[in-house]
Amino acid sequence: MSIVPAPVEAQTPVPDDPALIERLYRNLRLTRLVEDEVARVYPTDVIKSPVHLSIGQEFVSVGVCDALEPSDHVSITYRGHAAYLAKGGDLNAMIAEMYGKKTGCAQGRGGSMHLVDMAAGVIGASAVVGTSIPVATGFALAAKRKATGTANSGVVACFIGDGATEEGCFAESLNFAALHRLPILFVCENNGYAIHEPLAKRWATDRLCERVATYGIPATRIEDGDVFTVRDAAAAAVRAMRAGHGPAFLEVMCYRWREHVGPSEDFNQGYRPASDMAPWAARDEVARLAALLPPDRVAALEAEIAATVAAAFAFAETSPFPLSEDLYDHVYA
Amino acid sequence: MTTSTPDGRLLRYVDALREAVAQEMRRDADVFVFGLDVDDHKSIQGSTAGLLAEFGAERVFTTPLSEDAMTGVAIGAAMAGMRPIHVHIRMDFLLLCMNQLINIAAKARAMYGGSVTVPLVVRSMVGKSWGQGAQHSQGLHSMFMHVPGLKVVAPSNAHDAKGCMIAAIRDDNPVIFMEHRLLYPTEAYVPEPAYEVQPGKARVVAPGSDVTMVGISNMVLECLRARELLAEVGVSAEVIDPIWLTPLDIDTIAESARRTRRLLVADNGWTACGAGAEIVAGVLERLGPEGGVAVKRVGFAATACPPSPVLEAAFYPNPGTVASAAHALVHPAAPVWTPDPERTKLAHQVQFRGPF
Repeated sequence: MSIVPAPVEAQTPVPDDPALIERLYRNLRLTRLVEDEVARVYPTDVIKSPVHLSIGQEFVSVGVCDALEPSDHVSITYRGHAAYLAKGGDLNAMIAEMYGKKTGCAQGRGGSMHLVDMAAGVIGASAVVGTSIPVATGFALAAKRKATGTANSGVVACFIGDGATEEGCFAESLNFAALHRLPILFVCENNGYAIHEPLAKRWATDRLCERVATYGIPATRIEDGDVFTVRDAAAAAVRAMRAGHGPAFLEVMCYRWREHVGPSEDFNQGYRPASDMAPWAARDEVARLAALLPPDRVAALEAEIAATVAAAFAFAETSPFPLSEDLYDHVYA
Repeated sequence: MTTSTPDGRLLRYVDALREAVAQEMRRDADVFVFGLDVDDHKSIQGSTAGLLAEFGAERVFTTPLSEDAMTGVAIGAAMAGMRPIHVHIRMDFLLLCMNQLINIAAKARAMYGGSVTVPLVVRSMVGKSWGQGAQHSQGLHSMFMHVPGLKVVAPSNAHDAKGCMIAAIRDDNPVIFMEHRLLYPTEAYVPEPAYEVQPGKARVVAPGSDVTMVGISNMVLECLRARELLAEVGVSAEVIDPIWLTPLDIDTIAESARRTRRLLVADNGWTACGAGAEIVAGVLERLGPEGGVAVKRVGFAATACPPSPVLEAAFYPNPGTVASAAHALVHPAAPVWTPDPERTKLAHQVQFRGPF
């Protein structure tokens, strides 16, 4: 029996905005290509860190981050490659980090689960599920204190998975954010599993948005797997927050195509059937948006993105490792 | 009557804390104070009194009973450039904050390759007496001393309370600031202008030649009283206040122990894997083969703190038990010496006035 429902029909008409479509496609394709390459090289052991791939879920990050300004902040998860890239995190530094190199975004001290790029507004990720939620809320508190009351006032997008909503700090943070009307958009990527455990074994009811709404937080569930739907919902929420409204919540249904950790598929392990993935694969936003663009444009983008990705892996490959003498750097400021 | 000297005015510990925070809030608009009850009429036993009126509700505000998330909020605000002071009326509540403090606050700077700082102060108070019981009495500083990335400070007097608080607020690292309820009314000379008591420097509070006694937090006062009792039987005790537990000034303690050949640590917590164990080990490692120092740890009895007065009295070390233990270090072959309990009872109320 299928546990994760197939995506519903697309709810949002394709926008008449070729620049938007191309922008979203470029980010979707970049992320997919990066993670495909991560998966390809992973067995060679050049990547010195466990990887949790976003493949199939990229549309959530790409849609949300398109609604953000460079000065806004995002908090990402250990499955955070897509959000890191969608927010403008440095690709070379990301791959170098995964290679354990000195040029990595955390100088080889973070790894794939702790990507950070403060210059791009990526404030980091925790390998302890849910732990990043209050930290993101603290950024939102700072943003509110520094708010200019104009369209430039900063906002925070806090990406979480469905498992994180079970942690106590999720409820605590929702309450505090609502109480203080903080400019934070909580984005739950609900892929139906925490590691290998399905929602049915973890949630008494699946009415997550109702739970959140009781805090006075507008909560929307997106079930169509559509990057435009996500983008529009995020943009509306962000507009309201910049105008001084409080937090908002999006639950975006999606599906993890690969294993929890590692580069492979895992349908042979018996905890979920391949038939679950089929409707999501059929709804793949990377392929769908490619079909919305002129073929020659797609080809040009492909060449450009492939070159960018190849350059990033070459950068990581040729970058130096940290020195053992660097061990105690940054323990204290 | 309050007198003014070049060393300052006599000020209570609680007022010194408040003055430090107020001065820093005037200096730096990014400093804010939050935590359950900081803005109510009791103002954390007076330590946050007046701050709301002066600085307003955006910089002085209470929280929901959500210590876990509020710690994360403080960390996030600190990473975003603010300087939060997160207040807990008892240290026991920090157990609700451990994930955030240890997994994020302590690690963010290293884990993110030096690209962030976490200038956070976590204030908490250890309770003792009046039947505080098992969950309002714990000194948990050694748990934080275990973790790289955190600083830990336990000022024992009003002068250091102010100077350490200002140093903690200005520090770009997370600082666990351990206060003690019984120290709140104690007075010392406190300069009015802002000053820092810098991390990593212990103070020899009283000189001696026969035994080195290191006191932590309120145990500094108990050691000073023990020193008086020991003097009456011809034992000269040196009392050292480490002040900062991380970074810990082992040099000053080791130098003293090198002279006295005897080291006692009186802790405001349990002895197992405690600050006393760390100090003793640090000193012995520092002294190396020339070691030969007799050591003793004194601390809470290895049980939950009971509220019943008879049991509570037996739970805590006191100047009598500290003095007795020190005497045994100095005269190992002599019969056990125990000072008159009547003379040690109220020792924690003896006001240590400095000046420093």
